[in-house]
Amino acid sequence: MSSVDIPTTIELLTFQLFDQEYALDIMFVREIRGWTCATPLPHAPHYMKGVINLRGTVLPVMDLGERLGMEPRKHGDRNVIIVVKHGKTMTGLLVDAVSDIIALTPEDLQPPPDMTISGSANVVSSLSLIDARMIRVLDLDATITLPKYVAA
Amino acid sequence: MNTSNDPMAEIRVSFFIECEELLEALQAGLQTIENGDDDAETINVIFRAVHSIKGGAGAFGLEGLVRFAHRFETILDEVRSGRMQIECETLKLFFQAADHLSDLVRANRDANPMPDMATHKILSQLDTLMGDLNGDKPDVEPEIEFQPMGISLDIDVDEMSQTESLEVTDLSSLPDLIDLTSNQHNIPPTLPMYSIHFAPFAELFETGNEPFLLLQGLRDLGKATMSCDFSKTPNLKALAPEVPYMSWEVQLETDVDQAEIISIFEFVEGLCILSIQCDGILSDDTHVASEPARPQEATSVLENLDVAPQSADTKALISSLKPISKPTPAPSQPIRVDLDRIERLVNLVGELVINQAMLSQSLEQSGLSPHSDAMNGLEEFQRLTRDIQDSVMMIRAQPVRSLFQRMSRIVREASNSVEKDVRLHTEGEATEVDKTVIERLADPLTHMIRNAVDHGLEPTEIRIAAGKPAQGRIKLTAAHRSGRVIIEVADDGAGIDRPKAFEIAVSKGLISADAQLSDVEIDNLLFLPGFSTASVVSDLSGRGVGMDVVRTAIQALGGRIAITSVTGVGTTFSISLPLTLAVLDGMVIDIAGETLVLPLNLVIETLTLSQNDVEMVHPGQCIVQVRGKFVPLFDLGMELGYRPQVTCYEDVVVLLIVHDDGSQVALIIDNIVDQRQVVIKGLDESFYRAPGIAAATILGDGQIALILDPSDIITHAMRHPVMVQTPMETGIPA
Repeated sequence: MSSVDIPTTIELLTFQLFDQEYALDIMFVREIRGWTCATPLPHAPHYMKGVINLRGTVLPVMDLGERLGMEPRKHGDRNVIIVVKHGKTMTGLLVDAVSDIIALTPEDLQPPPDMTISGSANVVSSLSLIDARMIRVLDLDATITLPKYVAA
Repeated sequence: MNTSNDPMAEIRVSFFIECEELLEALQAGLQTIENGDDDAETINVIFRAVHSIKGGAGAFGLEGLVRFAHRFETILDEVRSGRMQIECETLKLFFQAADHLSDLVRANRDANPMPDMATHKILSQLDTLMGDLNGDKPDVEPEIEFQPMGISLDIDVDEMSQTESLEVTDLSSLPDLIDLTSNQHNIPPTLPMYSIHFAPFAELFETGNEPFLLLQGLRDLGKATMSCDFSKTPNLKALAPEVPYMSWEVQLETDVDQAEIISIFEFVEGLCILSIQCDGILSDDTHVASEPARPQEATSVLENLDVAPQSADTKALISSLKPISKPTPAPSQPIRVDLDRIERLVNLVGELVINQAMLSQSLEQSGLSPHSDAMNGLEEFQRLTRDIQDSVMMIRAQPVRSLFQRMSRIVREASNSVEKDVRLHTEGEATEVDKTVIERLADPLTHMIRNAVDHGLEPTEIRIAAGKPAQGRIKLTAAHRSGRVIIEVADDGAGIDRPKAFEIAVSKGLISADAQLSDVEIDNLLFLPGFSTASVVSDLSGRGVGMDVVRTAIQALGGRIAITSVTGVGTTFSISLPLTLAVLDGMVIDIAGETLVLPLNLVIETLTLSQNDVEMVHPGQCIVQVRGKFVPLFDLGMELGYRPQVTCYEDVVVLLIVHDDGSQVALIIDNIVDQRQVVIKGLDESFYRAPGIAAATILGDGQIALILDPSDIITHAMRHPVMVQTPMETGIPA
């Protein structure tokens, strides 16, 4: 790789959900912590797991799997929470496991095929192939912003 | 405006902060006069406030401000010297002038354009007032521009150094000083004679004082002969422009006592050498040698008196000095601290409280005896934590005075625009509330006050017809009551026109025409969104944003608002607010395994039910009988979606709480865990706002517990199943 490409490299944090690999721009990630029991919020959407105590701040946590339309399941010690900062708000994303940090160039990323069918379709901003594994790069904005009718 | 490395910028900032305080004192003083409980000192306080603003403004070259303050001060001086009586109209004008002065200060602070038109208007009104006063005195003094004295010395420099004493008339800018045998007082020949020696220090000029005005003040007291001592003035080469070389000798024949003479110099206390001799007898300690004293040597002649009174004479003098040195009830010494630092301290104390709770919990679980040293120590620790917390909260607490003063201005402006004569009475201005609460209370309170002036009070002719005094009365009170602050806005107007209110609510589709509502329920219609009773939309209120906005704002502060109205007697809005937004006395409860916190002040009592206590009124709505009263019953667990509705009411724990409108509601919970102070942590509601949850807190075990807003839950609960029976959107129980 030539030195010209270096500034355009983006680093991604990859993680697993139901044996699928997802990735997030690492610049959003503040920290990764183990699963702690969340205090549920009443009448919240099903994928909002509640709030946890992050060193004195109240951090809302959402189950990313359920947010993307996967089956709900029990959470155990193996699960981790990726704490992301988006604008001014901090959110915890509950995932199965964190795998790796990878560096990619924009050429490695392909736009997803246009198949806007389910609620999860627009949260994947691009796809990439690494060692024959497909990695779905998430659009954080679309992921944690709730549809308006839920908030109302 | 200014760059940060400009030293003046910093001084400027503190000048404007001081101005705010002075304006507050000015308002308070005028208010005192309005209430009729003023004394001789009140006018002095007012005068001093205006004078100090003028002085400071002069130092910063804020000419417009100086000019206005000076004119205001001049007329206040007339009052102070007793030549003018304060009447109703005068006071009104003074209030206007004070308001305008604060406008000018703010315009200068924010570098906004000066409201010249208004300045002109008020000045001409002040002039008219002065004109009335000086009607028989043609020699109105010329307007004094605030400038350093220009002295033209057309004297030979060498000759100058030898000149012993020059006649003051040589100073072109000091006219009238000699031959000041003014005939303002008709003085009998045998009056006491004072000889006064006055030598200003450089500081006197630096602080913007003007010897001319002081001497003029002396002249006004009686027959004065003055001479200026130039002997210390060096020749021009050696002359330091900032060092004052002159001193004055005044022979004053007057009937006023010494204290009054001293009071002329009260602003320059410590800034000059001043000695006053009566009938040739020197009142010993006041005299300081008229050597060219260094400021350090005689920094404060007058203050020194307070330190060690030595003779009876001095004591007499001290007692006469007292009202000067202690103008207002001993103002406490404040320091200015950056708000960020306090925020940090508050946060740290919050952490401390949480930590202490964690420690207590783990010690309790360790199975230590409650009488062990560790547990005793813990108790002490708890007490200390609580004390620290209270003290820290006190730092943020501020008296509501400034807020109330803003309201009195709102009343003045609002009553002018609707042409009603309204008087605002305030009570409990010293009540202290968290700074944030005060700031966020300003808007809703303004709205309520305007409403009271516009809708609450009847037009003057109707008032007179009803046998009420023509002047409307709005009472604004603040008081601490059981850990909360109660703020009331009461008018003595006609009260709520209930039939009309009902009609409007029906016509706006807020309620159905056949709804049966009690008086209290009708009164509460005012809080509905889009409700406005004024038939004529004035520019004051009635823009469609009504009391619902007020209510929302108050609720956002964790407060409640209630309304009571008696036809023909008046309407009272009463706001109940938490003292602080940072901590809460909470009842820790358990519902379906979840720990929750309920604000303790809402809880009236706790009960255990038996099956017979509960009756169903209609499907989904139960009531419980508490000492002969029927109270609506809600299952908190079900409302929060934590578990299905309780079906067996035997031995169920119920909390009796107060709802927004003062009515009582019973809530079913599973268990009461504890009662403790919790630190309020805001919930990030940017993408999900849980209904019925006000905030969160962190418990001793590090878990988060949600703080409930029961009123919100009840309002929600009522909205759903009871829609058909109670066609109202508000939380008024059927």
